[in-house]
Amino acid sequence: MSDSKNEQQRLMGVFALTQTKMLKATEQQTRFFRPRRFLILIVLLFFFCLTVSVFFGSENLNFTDLTNLEKAILFDVRLPRIFLGASVGASLALAGASLQSLLRNPLADPYLLGVSSGAALGTMLAFVFFTNLEFTHPILAFIGASTATFTVYQMAKSKAGMNVERLALSGVIVTTLLSSIIVLFTSLLDATKLRSFTFWLLGDLSQGTKNGFYIVLISAILGGAILFSQAKALNLMMIGEKDAFDFGVEVEKVRLIVFVTSAFLVGVSVSSSGSVGYVGLIIPHLIRLSVGSDNRFVLPFSAIAGATFIVFADMIARTVIAPRELPVGAITALIGAPMFIYLLKRS
Amino acid sequence: MLLEVEKISVGYNGLPVVKDVSFSLERGKILALLGANGSGKSTLLKALNSSLPLMKGKISIEGRHLQSLTRREIAKKIAVVAQETETKFPITVLEFILTGRFAHSSVFGWETPKDLQIAHECMKLCNLEGYETRLMNRLSGGERQRAVLARALATQAQMLLLDEPTNNLDLSHQALTFRLIKQRCQNCDSAAIVITHDLNLASEFADEIILLTNGTILAKGTPREVLTQENLQKAFNVEVLLDQNPISKNLRITTIY
Repeated sequence: MSDSKNEQQRLMGVFALTQTKMLKATEQQTRFFRPRRFLILIVLLFFFCLTVSVFFGSENLNFTDLTNLEKAILFDVRLPRIFLGASVGASLALAGASLQSLLRNPLADPYLLGVSSGAALGTMLAFVFFTNLEFTHPILAFIGASTATFTVYQMAKSKAGMNVERLALSGVIVTTLLSSIIVLFTSLLDATKLRSFTFWLLGDLSQGTKNGFYIVLISAILGGAILFSQAKALNLMMIGEKDAFDFGVEVEKVRLIVFVTSAFLVGVSVSSSGSVGYVGLIIPHLIRLSVGSDNRFVLPFSAIAGATFIVFADMIARTVIAPRELPVGAITALIGAPMFIYLLKRS
Repeated sequence: MLLEVEKISVGYNGLPVVKDVSFSLERGKILALLGANGSGKSTLLKALNSSLPLMKGKISIEGRHLQSLTRREIAKKIAVVAQETETKFPITVLEFILTGRFAHSSVFGWETPKDLQIAHECMKLCNLEGYETRLMNRLSGGERQRAVLARALATQAQMLLLDEPTNNLDLSHQALTFRLIKQRCQNCDSAAIVITHDLNLASEFADEIILLTNGTILAKGTPREVLTQENLQKAFNVEVLLDQNPISKNLRITTIY
């Protein structure tokens, strides 16, 4: 009798243990890190990448005794470039993360929706017609990005509302159209301009200026704050537009704010550093895997991780075939594409 | 009166689907909307939630025009349990239920301890204890439906609109859902409008029934007044056998095949 009771208790114990293990496993599938720990981790990683990238470049600097030339390289070239990279990374990751939530598609990206192509065409027009007026570049890029976004949005909208498939398809059509216009324009450029433009088109931080950096930094902070203010609403939009509407979200307003802000972030980034790919796609994906889908974590964490990713990628771009350079977009694609395939297979 | 609907017409592309419908609902009552497929039940529910603009008539909730309220104000007063909720992102059950508190929270910031307490209470009510960290997209249809109900309860809205809430639910959870709705209506001075195809559940739990055909009201009243052989023949084009449930003493409907 007591044996069977013991056996029963033992079985109950095993059952309880299995239950706990299952619960822990589910918890782990949900998120690998607690948000606070993850924040500390990515901030440390960001500063580590930032510090390391100051020490590496096509020119080896002697930090114990900097000459005037070396000082100039460090303060006028290298540091602005590193911070420009960080701001661009943050902007692209923020735009990607918010567009994905808005469109309920983890694979949505500024590129898929034609936002980047619009910005690239805008910058190209500024590049061809107002070469020396630097301030026109981000403005035309923003106009291009917004026009592309609204064209896609209008194309996707129908009487029955807007569905994600229609939107993605409209994005692809607009992207291909804009790409052909860009190719047409490149044929008008002379050889030197053509080389620098092609490099820029692939994503290049070397042509960024100090002024460009300030503009991108301010836009990243401003855009980030606006998007963060919509984080809670985006959490509902992520579940479904109808759900969000039912539970008190002004869907049209949130959609407009997120579209315009992403166009702004992408436009300004593209105007200073070209089309750097995969940041907006990979980074938010990794963040969601790490801390879950709450946009109040995903948005700020994506910004920091996006900044880290570009700083790291640019460090490789600057050093791997020094003194020559690679476009940073080539490195992000080389890291991003296989990672994306892995994530796609995994999900 | 919690809800008053006066001669409303609603539809799509200028064509009315629901025509000249009027009714009112007191606090504490459950109203069941019955009717064949395409009779306008869901369209009427959409109008009540202001998802569809009215072509004619007016809707008032707690004495205020629905049209004069903001989206947030409407969400505080009216909670919706939709038919299907599919999530593409990994959202936990607790996070999902907390989205029901959106209309009560500030634009920035995190949920308050009160929000969390309410969410946990609603999870307990819907048999979802221990599901906090489970992912919504890994739940079974029935579990998901219970989470959807828990989220609607978490809004603490006075008016509950439920579109086939017992879809995907097993027998015990069907009864649990209706008991919960009934409890909520009686204890919190709320009211509920439920679309269902289960005439027996409607007969057991509803205080009032509206039977719709082709967008107009065929009959309204208590279950015994509405669920007659003649009405059901007109609305569903089927023969039914009506008798009394020996335990609850309510009307029992059996379809004759």
